[in-house]
Amino acid sequence: MKQTKILSKTRRDSVIAFGIVIIAYAAMQALSMTGNLSNTITGLLVPICAYIVMAVSLNLTVGILGELSLGHAGFMSVGAFTGIVATTFLADAVPSPILRLTVAMILAAVAAAIVGVIVGIPVLRLKGDYLAIVTLAFGEIIKNIINVLYVGMDDRGLHFSIIKQTFTLNEGGDMIINGPIGVSGIDKISNFTAGFILILITLFIVLNLINSRHGRAVMAVRDNRIAADSVGISTTRFKLMAFVISAAFAGMAGTLYAMNYSTITAAKFDFNLSILVLVFVVLGGLGNIWGSIIAAALLTVLPELLRALNFNDYRMLVYAILLIVLMLFNNSGAKEKFLGWLALRKEAKGHKQKKEVA
Amino acid sequence: MALLEVTDLGISFGGLRAVDELNMTLEEGSLVGLIGPNGAGKTTVFNMLTGVYRPTDGGIRLAGENIVGKKPHEICKMGIARTFQNIRLFNKLTVLDNVKVGLHNEITYSLAESLLHVGSYRKKEKMMDERAMEILKVFDLDGQWDYKATNLPYGKQRKLEISRALATDPKLLLLDEPAAGMNPNETEELMETIELVREKFHVTVLLIEHDMKLVSGICEYLYVLNFGRLLAEGTPAQVLSNPEVITAYLGD
Amino acid sequence: MISNLIAGISLGSIYAIIALGYTMVYGIAKMLNFAHGDVIMVGGYMCFCATFYLGWPPAMGILLAVIVCTVLGVVIERLAYKPLRRAPALAVLITAIGVSYFLQNAALLLWTANPKTFTSVVGNGSVQIGNLQVTHVTIVTILVCVLIMAVLVWFTNKTKMGTAMRAVSEDKDAAQLMGINVNTTISVTFAIGSGLAAIAGVLMLSAYPMLVPTTGSMPGIKAFTAAVFGGIGSIPGAMLGGILLGVIEIFSRAYISQEVSDAIVFAVLIIVLLVKPAGLLGKQISEKV
Repeated sequence: MKQTKILSKTRRDSVIAFGIVIIAYAAMQALSMTGNLSNTITGLLVPICAYIVMAVSLNLTVGILGELSLGHAGFMSVGAFTGIVATTFLADAVPSPILRLTVAMILAAVAAAIVGVIVGIPVLRLKGDYLAIVTLAFGEIIKNIINVLYVGMDDRGLHFSIIKQTFTLNEGGDMIINGPIGVSGIDKISNFTAGFILILITLFIVLNLINSRHGRAVMAVRDNRIAADSVGISTTRFKLMAFVISAAFAGMAGTLYAMNYSTITAAKFDFNLSILVLVFVVLGGLGNIWGSIIAAALLTVLPELLRALNFNDYRMLVYAILLIVLMLFNNSGAKEKFLGWLALRKEAKGHKQKKEVA
Repeated sequence: MALLEVTDLGISFGGLRAVDELNMTLEEGSLVGLIGPNGAGKTTVFNMLTGVYRPTDGGIRLAGENIVGKKPHEICKMGIARTFQNIRLFNKLTVLDNVKVGLHNEITYSLAESLLHVGSYRKKEKMMDERAMEILKVFDLDGQWDYKATNLPYGKQRKLEISRALATDPKLLLLDEPAAGMNPNETEELMETIELVREKFHVTVLLIEHDMKLVSGICEYLYVLNFGRLLAEGTPAQVLSNPEVITAYLGD
Repeated sequence: MISNLIAGISLGSIYAIIALGYTMVYGIAKMLNFAHGDVIMVGGYMCFCATFYLGWPPAMGILLAVIVCTVLGVVIERLAYKPLRRAPALAVLITAIGVSYFLQNAALLLWTANPKTFTSVVGNGSVQIGNLQVTHVTIVTILVCVLIMAVLVWFTNKTKMGTAMRAVSEDKDAAQLMGINVNTTISVTFAIGSGLAAIAGVLMLSAYPMLVPTTGSMPGIKAFTAAVFGGIGSIPGAMLGGILLGVIEIFSRAYISQEVSDAIVFAVLIIVLLVKPAGLLGKQISEKV
């Protein structure tokens, strides 16, 4: 009996998370088939999926591992451009778009994970705000490097350079990444279903991890590093593990996102994007996976909704105010006061009714 | 061979000599107290034994093997577990999960099994649940297994810390003021539990206490530390009658 | 070489003045005020409006910018940060990001995204020293920075309010028990930091005259980096960090590459933090077990 209770408790959050995603997917598909989905929303479906994967993966770093990362967009960027290069390179070898997208995502995950290791080893030695600023620094460095990256393909294979002047391709060669100009003419092979499947995989892995000895070790490091050390957990190893898994999923989200647009530049994956995803995570609740999903979806749709309500000029201002008000409400004790007031009102009402009955 | 041999152990912080020329020997299965006034360096000794601090001089051997220079998590795997004076639990985890973290290196499965929940995941998790509940039962915490650690009352938090340490299956258990903040009844009960734990888990216990009366009841041997140096050692009776010890505790 | 060095010190002086705001607020409120960079932008627009639309003399423009930013800093602290004093650090950070979005979008509504060309407050002249051409802006920026530094060091060490600030940054509760008004002290810190941001904004725009609603964000991030670089919470650290950052940036622009100069700046920061985890002049605090 005890066993089932333990299981049901850890499963509850997973069921909610999967439930939200599956129902939302079915609803969107139904709306789309009956022609009730506006163009704006249709255009947002893939980005929302990418943001959800970003938010869930960042929650692994910020909520589960407990380290503030301000450079998550950097890993997304690595994944986006790896995915683009991979799909271009494999265009002839792998004709099926679904298969090509899958291979591209796997390569993107590997590339982002490798960058995750390179970034994580120095970063995770630091603590708190210092760690945060260094993730920010790495995010900017990644953006800068990709911004001067030239990648092309000709009959001799792939070519990489960071100096435009020395970059030459044989006749008939294709420029893939053109420095600050970025990539154009992307084969748009991402779609909503691919995004949906990626979210399911992300949820499956992240939720499994949380309910396992490795995930518990990560949370133990978050709650008390010294105590975790004292029960035989290598804190550096588990920090790095969580950080790298988080980076790998950001990489896959990058491929999903990039393959949805015909052009993309490195500047797209800047500090502001990292912050945007962090806002999803914090508003959804640290460590709360389904909270991240809802926050990512709602906050991406909200500005568009405000646009539809003729708030166009003020929409970002309204967004900013809502963000501030929400943070103040959740964290200043106002929420407790409000809930207390509600409870009191309910009680008063109850009394009144009792009196009336009497 | 003794389980723990500490020879000429010393550490300096800047110019301050916190512990100096400490020698201790713990036989397997013994229950030993490390006592002394506040600031005598007792916790510093624990921190050296568990690798939190690296001693500047001397050696520490566990079952004949050197542990100086090893990292805390490596020392834990070699068989030393501890509790902390200022309780350090995994506050946001449940009581059960706290103990399961302690079982991290005892019942293991691979990362792939963690991520995919395949292979021996279910079987091993079940083993962990059972083992953890068994330990919690000893401390009468099994009824509160699904509480968040931070929501436990103070005395129970101390017990949970001991449970977690025992989950690592240590040879040597270091308890840093396990009765701090408890009332006399709770303290007495805890001391009985500690004796029970030694039998049940076949573990050697070294415990820090500054209340001498408390430890003299259960400890077979005492080391008295004062200003970082060993002031006296012996059976409780010998130590309690030592005039130097009395002076150190009561002043002149 | 020498002209680059001077240009670097001048840019670094601007970073240093902004970094002072970050570091003082961090020291006292233990929060990263992400909206600080946007206060620079507000200062810039204020000065621009005063001189361009109203035809005021530059000195009045600067004064207006300083007054508006000082008030803005205090108002932001009272409305957005004060209710969160006992909240987790991350909540405060996100709120600060919200304030930053708010300021940028308010500016976007008021002044549109079209860049405004800022007129230098000290004119476009320059002086000839040997065979070096140094602009007035450069000289004024460096002088102002030195002056601010001197006044701040005197203020924090010799005045009653300065002492109160140091006390609050050491231990808020103890300071309160000693009869220090913590709220006033924090407000004064925000006021000084924001006033300095206005000065930095005017100086920066005098040297780099393009003004848009996002003008403040990159210098803000760099100045924040400078504050961490020097050891966040330390006033001389912010100064040193700011100037070093400016010099590194100008040198890597001149000798390595225009495009990756930001990457180099951030790479140096990372290296410094790995060698000295609390920054150049920061105090290392180790956790007690």
